[in-house]
Amino acid sequence: MSLQTVIEKKLSDLFSPEYLLVENESHMHNVPAGSEMHFKVQIVTDSFENQTLINRHRAINNALKEELAGPIHALSMHTFTPDEWAKRNGQVQDSPPCQGGGK
Amino acid sequence: MDVMQRIDDAVKSNPVVIFMKGTPQMPSCGFSARAAEALISTGVEFSYVNVLTDPEIFENLPRYADWPTFPQIYINHELTGGGDIILEMMQNGQLKGVCEEAVAADKA
Repeated sequence: MSLQTVIEKKLSDLFSPEYLLVENESHMHNVPAGSEMHFKVQIVTDSFENQTLINRHRAINNALKEELAGPIHALSMHTFTPDEWAKRNGQVQDSPPCQGGGK
Repeated sequence: MDVMQRIDDAVKSNPVVIFMKGTPQMPSCGFSARAAEALISTGVEFSYVNVLTDPEIFENLPRYADWPTFPQIYINHELTGGGDIILEMMQNGQLKGVCEEAVAADKA
């Protein structure tokens, strides 16, 4: 199973998201082709209702603890409730280009 | 001094501090660069720690506030977020006020 699939499965199982997009952004970085190191997650779920951003991000960090301790080098997170997502029309910020700073 | 004590000192003695890869002037990571830019945009004076030149802090900061990635931004002596959160706070207009309050509280 690819790391991307593992991330998708863990987040789906834990948060039952209304919308989930996991993108492998490793191609934006100076790593070998096919690497799975840099990911961006967009997730929309009811379970973030009344949760601060930091708690939402902590929940995802916890869900992906093993992967973050190992293969994942960077994880960008965009976390929304269905209401917040509707207000943004599904627009999130692009990730920045890497500047080569090692791990 | 013990590394956890050094981290704690940096957090406790600065109202706004970013632990980043590189420096605000010469960042070595896109996420660190954006977070530092967001802090600069508030006009509030802030401190930084370059984790790339301090391997001990690099290794141990993740367990200080149980946050696995860099950058880490502490406002009013508390982990406020990683890069995505700081950017979100800049975009929704909260960041400047929160930083200004932290600096004011520190002087009080």
